[in-house]
Amino acid sequence: MSTRPRSQSHRIPGRGLIDRTKPLRFQFDGRSYEGFAGDTLASALLANGVRLMGRSFKYHRPRGVLTAGSEEPNALVTVLEDGQHTPNIRATMQELYAGLNARSQNRWPSLGFDAMAVNDYASPFLSAGFYYKTFMWPRAFWERLYEPVIRRAAGLGALSGVADTAVYEKAFAHCDLLVIGAGPSGLIAALSAGRAGADVILVEEDRRLGGRLLADQPLIDGKSGVAWAEGIAEELASLPNVRVMTRTTVTGAYDGGTYGALERVGLHLAPRAELPRECFWRITARRTVLSAGALERPIAHPDNDRPGVMLASGLRAYVARWGVNPGPVVVFSTNDSGLEAARALTRMGVEVAAYVDPRAVPVVEEFPVYAKAQVVGTQGRLGLKTAAIQHAGGISQVDARVLALAGGWNPSVHLACHMNGRPAWSEKIAGFVPVADMVPGMAAAGAASGVFSTAGCLADGLKAARAALDDLGIAAPDVPLPLAEDAPYAIAPLWAVDAGGRAWLDFANDVTTKDVALAAQEGFASVEHMKRYTTQGMAPDQGKSSNVGALAVLAEASGQSIPATGTTTFRPPFVPVSIAALGAGGRGEGFAPRRLLTSDAQSRAMGAPMIEAGLWYRPSYYPREGEADWRAACDREVQMVRKYVGITEVGTLGKIDVQGTDTARFLDFVYSNMMSTLKVGRARYGLMLREDGFVMDDGTCARMSDTHYVVTTTTAAAGLVMRHMEFAHQAFCANLNVRFTSVTETWAQFAIAGPRAAEVLATVCEAPELPFMGCAELEIGGIAGRIFRISFSGEMGYEVAVPTRYGADLFAHLVRAAEALGGGAYGMEALNVLRIEKGFLTHAELDGRVTAEDIGLGRMVSAKKDCIGKGASQRPELVAAGRAQLVGLLPVDPAHEISAGAHLYASDAKPLRENGQGYVTSVGPSPTLGQWIGLGFVVNGRKRHGEVLRLYDGLRGRDVPVQLVDPVFYDPEGGRMRG
Amino acid sequence: MRIDCPYCGARDLREYTYGGAAAYLQRPEAEAEAAADDAAWDAYLHLRDNPAGRTRDLWFHEPCATWLEVERDTVSHEIFATRALAGVRT
Ligand SMILES: [Zn+2]
Repeated sequence: MSTRPRSQSHRIPGRGLIDRTKPLRFQFDGRSYEGFAGDTLASALLANGVRLMGRSFKYHRPRGVLTAGSEEPNALVTVLEDGQHTPNIRATMQELYAGLNARSQNRWPSLGFDAMAVNDYASPFLSAGFYYKTFMWPRAFWERLYEPVIRRAAGLGALSGVADTAVYEKAFAHCDLLVIGAGPSGLIAALSAGRAGADVILVEEDRRLGGRLLADQPLIDGKSGVAWAEGIAEELASLPNVRVMTRTTVTGAYDGGTYGALERVGLHLAPRAELPRECFWRITARRTVLSAGALERPIAHPDNDRPGVMLASGLRAYVARWGVNPGPVVVFSTNDSGLEAARALTRMGVEVAAYVDPRAVPVVEEFPVYAKAQVVGTQGRLGLKTAAIQHAGGISQVDARVLALAGGWNPSVHLACHMNGRPAWSEKIAGFVPVADMVPGMAAAGAASGVFSTAGCLADGLKAARAALDDLGIAAPDVPLPLAEDAPYAIAPLWAVDAGGRAWLDFANDVTTKDVALAAQEGFASVEHMKRYTTQGMAPDQGKSSNVGALAVLAEASGQSIPATGTTTFRPPFVPVSIAALGAGGRGEGFAPRRLLTSDAQSRAMGAPMIEAGLWYRPSYYPREGEADWRAACDREVQMVRKYVGITEVGTLGKIDVQGTDTARFLDFVYSNMMSTLKVGRARYGLMLREDGFVMDDGTCARMSDTHYVVTTTTAAAGLVMRHMEFAHQAFCANLNVRFTSVTETWAQFAIAGPRAAEVLATVCEAPELPFMGCAELEIGGIAGRIFRISFSGEMGYEVAVPTRYGADLFAHLVRAAEALGGGAYGMEALNVLRIEKGFLTHAELDGRVTAEDIGLGRMVSAKKDCIGKGASQRPELVAAGRAQLVGLLPVDPAHEISAGAHLYASDAKPLRENGQGYVTSVGPSPTLGQWIGLGFVVNGRKRHGEVLRLYDGLRGRDVPVQLVDPVFYDPEGGRMRG
Repeated sequence: MRIDCPYCGARDLREYTYGGAAAYLQRPEAEAEAAADDAAWDAYLHLRDNPAGRTRDLWFHEPCATWLEVERDTVSHEIFATRALAGVRT
């Protein structure tokens, strides 16, 4: 294979908006070429005489580029860079950069010779509905045979299999007026609103402003359209209230004036690590002008899919904007814009070998005109060689390298239809146009609303801007309407040439007119059914150039009018959006930020493995020399707390500061038990119910002063309880003087647990004589802190709190002090065993399905007052006998291990759902009891202590007898923690 | 969807937490504890209209901790009115 660059043999000297002083070397399918700065991959390939750019999806037909824009169905390539593959890049959108390396897709072994092209010869068997008809059965074949074969044979580019390490970003913007598309209507609309002082965002998909002005180059106010657009661009850039976003495609219209937009930030450049590839914008606009232009459509005639067949508008762009002369052209047009294209091509020095028009157009032009004629076939396997033209005198074969199709224009109504609006059919332009208010706040202007002359677009854009400014209450400035061509647009639509052979509608998905007719014949005559039966419009281009044509063919085949046939649903996104861009910022810690305790670094330094609790990371255990596994460490830590003293950080618990003169009254309303009777300097365990009577959360309330409480929540329910308190206040008793502040992150809090806790405490503060469940504000190591005499371990214990920034130091100090007394730090495993031994509950038990009565705390629902959940907690089913109640579980054989999630059955019952007696919520190895213990719920469990049930865990293959016991295994009187 | 917060202005849906139907504001009287009122609690807790059209529901604006009642259309997503449950504090 030659690596010698071919010269740019198809360039027109001096023409085009490219920088000929900046040649760029690039590769396509392993071959080296040269283009210029300002080229796209497609224009550079055409300039080098390359017409074959890809293979079609189903039949693997050789295909060339059809368009010059984002609607491109054929020229999809894979861009290779640093081991990354980015598949399905449209060659028309990929800007050329030095070193660009692209590869064609859907071909093997090469683009010129593709083994799968045998599909093309089998096409009589691969028509519409083929998959449905052929791969129906046997069912077992789907996964093993049919699907892998289909996926391999049909398809788009392949992924590299390597994680995408590139950077993607997301961003938000707000404006008064969003202008979508910077053609003549968009430019004048943005200028008008910009001069008026409105906050304007002008979004343009292309690298530069101008839209069709760049390709068609009409005169505006006596100067070229390109120069006029440049002048406007300069003024817009000078206005501080106007933001111009190029290389950005608006992808969807959503509620409340919100639009999604995809910006190509680095895709047009050689990869740079610091530069994001794409940025996904969410733009909120008070008003929007949709000036997205129109897309030309091809004509379905036999063999209309050869490389070299393209849209007249695309060809015009390649010639005028990129200075490409692709060779002799046949123009096949149904309307005046195609005729104008032929004239423009001639003016620019491109040979028009024939102009073919089914209408009775005048034949006096500078090129051969075939009036009342049509193209009925083409030849050339890997590139067009001749076109067959049928006219009054018979059929002529005309040599050409390019066949330019001009089947009329479809206004880009997509965004206007994203909120389920349906466009209207316009006979005048033979296309769908937006109707008013399809998207609230959006108005279409220019070609997007079916106005095709330059003068018409300018007037329409000005009008749309005025209307938007009027809505916004901003005075519109006097922007004069520029002078420009105002040629009428006449069309005699010709959707399909009926001359035998295959005529393509959807190039990307290989759908022909025959497929659509077959769908209608087989009963799939509704447009949505036809789409799914034939796959029309379901490729990455979403049928932008083919849907209306297919619709017209369907209408004819089913004997209906086009408007009666209707359109398929337009859904976002308007162009393909990479998942990486859509999810920018949502990977790794962007998806799950890490919440770290103040002791985190020291715990890790001590070798503690971390366990995730929501977003928090908590130490699992603190291994010591000679300990074989977690179990050894856990056993030691539990015994250490029971015998000496242990330190653990409890900062993950939610902490809410509640203040105000009515705080006590309010807490009585949200907690089931009395909080108003709590004395200053005392804390109380509290139970919070949901309004439906089930337990929501538990925690402690500590009264710091008459009007100030500090309440804790479980780790998981911190946010929920905060929202709940705000709701209860704002919805039911807003007159109460009370306010809430989350202080979870404000305080670092540590449990000091064990018989020698007071000795540790004495090393950091002058501990007052605190009674059990007492609390106080005091200095801890010279820092204003808090102390609570509460216990989650069942031992004598304190919790001390200091501002978060002192947490790490306090932890280090407490651990040192504890170690000096034979204790040390303990982790989550030990904490869990300690609390199970005491029958204390977590959300493993409080799972939203249990009542206060179920957990043995029925007396905590005060009879003296109303509270959230009290009314419903008295409902018959919630107080009926036969509910599952909290019990302790003890394996009959102390050597047996048990597991949470296991279910409980009578000893002689089969482990079937209907025999269920209960389930296990928490287990742990208790060194205190010398065996595994557990908590669970059993039907009428409180009355069944002593009974033996069958614990069955089908997942772990565990089947052991367990005895039901009191859920408090250790020190049931609580003497140890009361001291 | 964008919802008007009386404190913060029009804000994106993602700043809000949904709180169910506005019927939740009509809490049965405190005395309604007896079994005779079971039906009242059942209706209050569980029975909800599911209209295709105008509805009133509750939304929590997380950044400013304000609960709102929002009148909106479930089909068009148009928002007709919002009000802070507790009124606007000044
Ligand atoms: Zn707010």
